[in-house]
Amino acid sequence: MKKLLSIILALAMMIIPVFAFSGSTYAADTVTLNVYNWGQYISDGTDGYIDVIAEFEAAYPNIKVNYMTFDSNETMYTKLQTDPYAYDVIVPSDYMIQKLISEDRLEELNFDNIPNYEYLDDSFKNMAYDPENKYSVPYTWGYVGIIYNSKYVNEEDTGSWDLLWNPTYAGKILMFDNPRDAFAAGELLLGYGLNTEDEEELSAVTEKLKEQKNLVQAYVMDQIFDKMEREEAWIAPYYAGDYLLMVEENEDLSFYAPEEGFNLFVDALCIPKGARNKEAAELFINFLCSPEICGPNLEYLGYSTPFSAAKEYMDEEMNENEIAYPSEELLSKGQAFNALSVEGSQLMNELWLSVKTSDNVLGRYIIFTCAALVLVIILWAVLAIRKKRRISKRCGGYEK
Amino acid sequence: MKRKFLAAPYVVWMLLFTLVPLFIVIYFAFTDSITGAFTLNNLVSITDYATIFLRSIWLSVAATLICLIIGYPVAYTIAQCKPKTQRILHMLIMLPMCMSFLLRTLAWVALLEDTGIINNIITSLGITPLPLIRNSGAVILGMVYNYLPYMILPLYTSISKQNPRLIEAAEDLGCNKVNVFRKVILPLSLPGITSGITMVFVPAVSTFYISQKLGSPGTILVGDVIESQFKGAYNPNLGAAMSLILMILIFICIGITNHFTKNTDEEVMMS
Repeated sequence: MKKLLSIILALAMMIIPVFAFSGSTYAADTVTLNVYNWGQYISDGTDGYIDVIAEFEAAYPNIKVNYMTFDSNETMYTKLQTDPYAYDVIVPSDYMIQKLISEDRLEELNFDNIPNYEYLDDSFKNMAYDPENKYSVPYTWGYVGIIYNSKYVNEEDTGSWDLLWNPTYAGKILMFDNPRDAFAAGELLLGYGLNTEDEEELSAVTEKLKEQKNLVQAYVMDQIFDKMEREEAWIAPYYAGDYLLMVEENEDLSFYAPEEGFNLFVDALCIPKGARNKEAAELFINFLCSPEICGPNLEYLGYSTPFSAAKEYMDEEMNENEIAYPSEELLSKGQAFNALSVEGSQLMNELWLSVKTSDNVLGRYIIFTCAALVLVIILWAVLAIRKKRRISKRCGGYEK
Repeated sequence: MKRKFLAAPYVVWMLLFTLVPLFIVIYFAFTDSITGAFTLNNLVSITDYATIFLRSIWLSVAATLICLIIGYPVAYTIAQCKPKTQRILHMLIMLPMCMSFLLRTLAWVALLEDTGIINNIITSLGITPLPLIRNSGAVILGMVYNYLPYMILPLYTSISKQNPRLIEAAEDLGCNKVNVFRKVILPLSLPGITSGITMVFVPAVSTFYISQKLGSPGTILVGDVIESQFKGAYNPNLGAAMSLILMILIFICIGITNHFTKNTDEEVMMS
């Protein structure tokens, strides 16, 4: 009886997947669109804001969005290298777009499918990273500054990048976990350009970052939100738009654009070479560019919009927010990243690794290890001698 | 003959998913990341990371010893219980393993943080908060917590399998309780100790998540560096070289443990 039952069950298990499979083939005309975006970088329906993906799926019922996130341009680039056809829409920053274009990793966009491109402000056309406007449509722009908790941090210490090197706040400082942004902080503090590939300058920055390491609580990206909101950390360099999200959770958080200057960036929508659903991807890009969607979406994000027409669909307050839309005077201090040469970015990666792995306790560990090895050898010798004695004793006892 | 045939699926599996990847790791370790030419640079540059290798080994040795010290009495006590209680206790040991490893580590973060649950209670009592997280101790704690079941289970199996007649015999021959443990139970459970040590040490030494969450930037482990080489920096060649060296170091450490446990094993047989 039991046997019969198990056979039936086994047969059932073989049949069920067949049905499941036929079910999925039945709905074959739905397209799955793989979108690969930064973490916390689209309005997802929280706090009564617009749910962009749900709206898109409602507007195009035969497209299903598979939404995935990354936490730095470098992570995104690595994933793209290991699995080039996994994504249909990606959102790299300016310097990464330039790098991807030079490596021929982006599809040219068909602007017939993106009529909303006409709303784009002229100041965001013909950007240095995509001079002919062939590969990218700007999604947001913003700049980097320092977020601090005014409850614990003295106002007098703020204003410059050196807050990140202030020993008073040791253990409460967070730092970028990607080489480009982390080096930018050091480069600005030391007065170098953001795109320097000069070995001497880069190694000076490396020393500066190593010096900072003892004060840093953690090298993180998206975790900055959680750590700052819960006051586990007090100081963190991050993107201005994200500060506006954080301050809604914790009112004590403040923000400033450092006086030495800062990185000004554009994140844009692109389609990787060989994407499986190019047309659906273009529909998605077009959807994000329409002012009615872009406005509420960016109102939630706190990042600044390259589509002035979208401001009509935003809250007044957001429109006039000095952090989201700073004065021309402040913006003139911003510098854009350019793509580094292959050798330059490899050098930076190596130096960054040396910062993260730098240590001054090697001596202690070597002493410990030597001591342990000596102990092991002594133990081995003692055991060997004891064993020999025992054998000889026993042999003596038998008197062969 | 028949039995060998039954092992075939596993042999194929091993070949495809263990041996082949191993050769790929070796190939990557000996090639340059840009040109793809043969090079020893990856292996030579590993000397820069000596501290990190030593730290990984030391922290995992500490975690393994603590696991052994905590785990042995637990395993021994469970083995002494009635069969029904044994089953329940065995299941309780397994229970934490049913939950995601990442979730368990994150739970420790929530407990130990400066603004975490423990420090909140402490500060509400008017005491200054303690530095519980972001030090080597927290990393060892995380390793012990996560890998303790892997120590207890083999120990429990080897202790519960022991023939009670051997203990009775020892008692009949005039051994007191301490000597019964020292001369009979402990030596007979040595295989359990060896596999327990291996099962805790190997995952602990190559772990990468625990140190990121519970450690500070100064307690980075080999696993973290290897992860960063594959995830952000995209230098799989250096990552592969590090994995290779780590593998060799693990084999040496296991070799040392096996040597000692085997040694005493023979001694028991003789005495």
